[in-house]
Amino acid sequence: MYYRRTLTDAQINRELLDVVFRTPLWWIALVSITGLLVAIAAGAFGFMMNRGLGVTGLQQPIFWGFFITNFVFWVGISHAGVMISAILRLSQAEWRRPMVRAAETMTVFALMTSLLQPLIHAGRPWRIFYWVLPYDWARGIWPDVRSPLVWDPIAISTYLTSSILFVYTALIPDLAVIRDRSTGWRRTVYGILCLGWHGNPRQWKLQGIAGILLSALILPVFVSVHSIVSWDFGISLVPSWHVTVFAPYFVIGAVHSGVSAVVTLMIIMRKLYKLENYIWEEHIDALARLLIVVATGWLFFFWLDFVFALWLREEQELTVWQLRLFEPPWSWLFLLFITTSYVIPVPLWLFRKVRRSFTWMFWTSILVNIGMFTERLIIIVPGLMRKGPWSFTYETYRPSAVELTLVVGSVALVAFLLLMFSKFFPLIPLWEEKEGQKLIDEIQVGDRTMPALVKEH
Amino acid sequence: MPNKKLLGLFPEPEQAAGAMNQLKEGGFPAEDLDVYSGSPFPEGSFGEHEPETRLYMFPLVGAFVGFALGLLWTAGTQISYPLITGGKPILSIPPMTIIMYENTMLGAIIFTVLGVLFESRLPRRDLGLYDARITEGYVGVIVDCPEEQADKAESLLVSAGAEEVKKEGE
Repeated sequence: MYYRRTLTDAQINRELLDVVFRTPLWWIALVSITGLLVAIAAGAFGFMMNRGLGVTGLQQPIFWGFFITNFVFWVGISHAGVMISAILRLSQAEWRRPMVRAAETMTVFALMTSLLQPLIHAGRPWRIFYWVLPYDWARGIWPDVRSPLVWDPIAISTYLTSSILFVYTALIPDLAVIRDRSTGWRRTVYGILCLGWHGNPRQWKLQGIAGILLSALILPVFVSVHSIVSWDFGISLVPSWHVTVFAPYFVIGAVHSGVSAVVTLMIIMRKLYKLENYIWEEHIDALARLLIVVATGWLFFFWLDFVFALWLREEQELTVWQLRLFEPPWSWLFLLFITTSYVIPVPLWLFRKVRRSFTWMFWTSILVNIGMFTERLIIIVPGLMRKGPWSFTYETYRPSAVELTLVVGSVALVAFLLLMFSKFFPLIPLWEEKEGQKLIDEIQVGDRTMPALVKEH
Repeated sequence: MPNKKLLGLFPEPEQAAGAMNQLKEGGFPAEDLDVYSGSPFPEGSFGEHEPETRLYMFPLVGAFVGFALGLLWTAGTQISYPLITGGKPILSIPPMTIIMYENTMLGAIIFTVLGVLFESRLPRRDLGLYDARITEGYVGVIVDCPEEQADKAESLLVSAGAEEVKKEGE
């Protein structure tokens, strides 16, 4: 039950465009800190390119480590944005309004960051284009379309392009609002970006259809992307990776980590951007309910992955599970992963008081993402820790300082990009909020006055 | 006689709807009237003329183009460098479908966005008769009429409660 606050159009413009027209000190401080961390990470990347991949903890047979873990992690985070936005738009859920833009934007920046990870991992990133893009006309040697390492960048580029278009299309009316409130060069720039938007009924009608149509088109892409990421592993012959359940397991795991990231983001936005009129306990409560279902679905697929390994009784599969469950440091990481991603947060979310507490939800959503990063690490590395031909060392994997710096840098990069976005564009769609104001009314039912929602179908 | 455009600014949407009714009753055809607002109103709120759109064609065409490009990419590259690996056929259809699927969806999405812009008649270089108050909650009613009817249109807009009437070129 949503008791929407009554706000005027002018008030919505003023409150949601506050940071666009004013630069608060906290924004400068956060941009400086995250920018510095990104610069340090860029320096670490330069150092790695100069010295080679030897400065990382990667060595035979463990050739996928933190970078690929981080790649899967950020692709996962990116999944909630459009998933939440598209499903809630299609189902015309009223509570979508304050969260769609931030979630979609996070998708875009998380995807950009995830695409950087394989480039970094390649050590010599300029070479990766030969493997992925069909542009080597001179030699006539083309990418191998049979490789999942070619499907992957194609799927992610499709998702990234679609997400950018999705964000931009819904942003056009808000760009017109900024144009109307700006002067000078700023007015010219926003005037170009909003393409001369007037807001006549035809344009509004098409804007509404675009939201529905693009949501319907982007959802299958969303499902395919993480399925394809999972096939990077599933198609290989590596024990514990070569399982059919990986596609749905990865997709639902991505939704689990992504929705949690949306919760974290919404709570931070509410606090920093003073969005108390727009983001309420009810929104976080609704997301927490969704998380309970998603997390439990994800646990089911995790259980299937485990049970299928036991059922097969293949020695190599059992060895990997023994490593994960009983041998430190993996057993400790396993404990960390299962407690932070499910055992602690989900039972807590069963309590209404927790679901409606911004503090509780902030920390539990952070816990989930600590757990989900760890999950990707213990999927990837123990599977590779086995004796094979040309393996001269059987030591465990330890991420180096360069890898740790680059992972921290990736978090800072997403935060930095989100902060920069918020300086130029509203994080909550103005027109969706205004539309929501129009569609709400109060009706008398017996002795109670209830909010009644009018919808168009 | 050239046409002239007028913009009546209404603080309340009900006034704008009333103005639209009065203008239509006053002999101004619905297709010469338009409404500008800062947020969407339910369809038909202002009794406005609504031309049909053909947006549904765009994703279909885009999907076809994307599929064709995906086929060209996957089949073309394999045929142009026919290297047999592991005794498998040159054209390996299951992985081709993955890339073709992604390209089909990408084509459909890009064409949908182009379709939305085309059908919305965007981009427009000239903003024309417009007022920044529209994005602050005002509703603007546009009348495109022959110059000799401009005074009649203005008086109808004012009588319906327009706070201000702007005229093209003034």
